[in-house]
Amino acid sequence: MTTASVRSIYPSPGGIDPRRLRREFPIFANNPELVFLDSAASAQKPRAVIDGTAEYYRTDYANVHRGVYRLSARSTELYEEARDKVRRFLNAADRREVVFVRNTTEAINLVAQSWGPAFLRDGDEVLISELEHHSNIVPWQLLRDRTGIRLVVAPIDTTGGLDLSAFEARLSPRTRLVAVTHIANATGTLVPVERVVELAHRHGAKVLIDGSQAAPRLPVNVQALGCDFYAFTGHKVYGPTGIGVLYGRFDVLSAMPPYQGGGEMILYVSFEKTEYQEPPHRFEAGTPDIAGAIGLGLALDFIEELGREAILEHEEALTGYGVDRLSRIPGLRLLGAGQRRLGILSFDLEGVHPHDVSQVLDQHHVAVRAGHHCAQPLMERLGLSGTTRASLGVYNDESDIDRLVTAIEAAREMFVR
Amino acid sequence: MIDLRELYQDIILDHGRHPRNFRKIDHPSHFAQGHNPLCGDRMTVYLALDGDRISDVSFEGRGCAISTAAASLMTEVLKGKTITDARALFAQFHARVTGGELEELPEPLAEEMDRLEPLTGVKAYPARVKCATLSWHAVEAALNGGGTGTTVKTE
Repeated sequence: MTTASVRSIYPSPGGIDPRRLRREFPIFANNPELVFLDSAASAQKPRAVIDGTAEYYRTDYANVHRGVYRLSARSTELYEEARDKVRRFLNAADRREVVFVRNTTEAINLVAQSWGPAFLRDGDEVLISELEHHSNIVPWQLLRDRTGIRLVVAPIDTTGGLDLSAFEARLSPRTRLVAVTHIANATGTLVPVERVVELAHRHGAKVLIDGSQAAPRLPVNVQALGCDFYAFTGHKVYGPTGIGVLYGRFDVLSAMPPYQGGGEMILYVSFEKTEYQEPPHRFEAGTPDIAGAIGLGLALDFIEELGREAILEHEEALTGYGVDRLSRIPGLRLLGAGQRRLGILSFDLEGVHPHDVSQVLDQHHVAVRAGHHCAQPLMERLGLSGTTRASLGVYNDESDIDRLVTAIEAAREMFVR
Repeated sequence: MIDLRELYQDIILDHGRHPRNFRKIDHPSHFAQGHNPLCGDRMTVYLALDGDRISDVSFEGRGCAISTAAASLMTEVLKGKTITDARALFAQFHARVTGGELEELPEPLAEEMDRLEPLTGVKAYPARVKCATLSWHAVEAALNGGGTGTTVKTE
C-alpha cells in the first residue's frame, strides 16, 4: 500500500459513531480516562494520519521538485496529490490556488505581508471584527505600522454575534479588505460569511476568511462563498502540526509578489535578477513540510470518509446537547446565547475563575481550555478576563458532556458557597 | 490521583472567597501592577512605608483562587515587616513553591512563613506557581520602582 490510498474503514451509514471512532485515535487507548474537550485548540490524530505519515517516511521519502530519480518523483507526486485533496476539500476551482503554509497564522501573515504592501496605500482600510483571534488582528496592525492603513473593527451585538448592520456601516470606499473569522474561536458563534462576502464585494473589497474552527466542522465551498482568501490549519482538522493552507483565488494570487525568497519559488536566478514561479510555488520558498502536507491529505481523506455533512450533523447535535446541559447549571453563563454556535461551548462560572474551573476539571480527566483564547479584545468587550472553553470533535459524545457537567458541579461545590 | 485539596486547602478557599486587605491605599508610597499574560489576570499592590517598615499593604484586581489567596495571605504577613524582612520572605516563599534552595530564616520570620505553607501545594502544579507568586513579584517591583507604578509580568 502506498500512503496515498487509504482503505475505506469508516463506513458511517447512521452518521458519526464516536465510540467506535475513538478506537481510531490511539491517544484514547493510551489515556483511557481522558475526556478530551479541547479540539478547538488542537484535534487528536487518527491512526491513518500517524501511521500514514510514518509509512511515507519509511517508503517514499525524498525531497520534492528536485530529483530526477524515481523516489523523488514519487515523493513529489504524493505532495502534489495532497494539494489536490485540499482543492477538493475547499472545492477550489484550481489546484494552483492552494498554498501550503505552516498554519492559519502564517496564511494571514502571508496575505498581510505580500498582498498588503502591494495593493494598499496610506488611508486604505482593512475591516475586521471584534470576534477575531489575535492571529487575525496582529498581522494587520503590523501592516498598519508599515503602510499607514487604517484598521477598522466591526462590533459584536449584545448576544455576541457579528452585528451585520454595524459591519455594513463600516464598509467605505476606502475598505480594501475584509478579514473575518468563519466561527469565532472564543465563543463558537458562526459568522454569516456568505452575507459578509456579498456586502464586501459590493464595496469592491476583497475578503479573507479565517477558517480555523470552521474547516473541521462545516463543509466549505470557496467557489460558492466567493471569498478571495480562505485560511485553515492542519492540526485542527485531525492532521499534523506545522502544516496549514492559504487558499487564494488564482487571479488574486498571481498578482501578488513573493512572501519569502529562496529555493523552490524561483524560475531563474542570477545576481542581477530573479524570475519567480507561478502560484502556488511562488509562495512556498524552501523545502516545504512534505510529510505534513501528506499527513494533512490523509486527515482530509479521513474527514471525507466520515462525511462532511455527517460531521456537521454530529457537531450540531452535540453542541445542542451541551448547551442544554450546561444552561441548567446555576451561575453558569454560556457565551453567544441566542447565536448559532458550533462545536464550542465557552462559559463563565460565577464566582469561579476559569483556571480554577479547569484545574478541577483536569482532576476529573476533563481537558478544556481556560483563559482568553487569544481573543483578548473580545474578552475585554464581554467584560471577562477569560472563560472556560469546551470544544468538540468527532470522537466526543454525550457521555463526555455528562462528565464535563459532573466536573463543573464539583468545581461549584468547592468554590461557590 | 493527587488530591486536589492539597492545592485548594480550606484556608486558600477562604482567602480566595474573602480576600483580606482587598482595597486601594489612597496615597501609597509604592505600588505596582502584576500581570500574568498567560491568563490575562491583573492585580495591583499598594504599600505604605513608614521609614523602611511596611505600615500598610493592600491589593486589588481579578484573579483565580490561588492568586487571590496568595495576595491576601501575603498582605497579612507583610504588614509591619521591614523591607529587608519582606525580601527575605519572598526569597523563601519563592524557593518553597518552586523547589529551590532554602535559606535559614530568623525565628519570627520562620513563623510567618508557616502561615504561607498552605500555598506550597502549587509545587505539584507547575502551571499554577505563577498564580501564587504574582502578588509577590508585584511587591518586589513596587519596592524596586521607588514609588512609581510599574508593571511586572510573570513571564
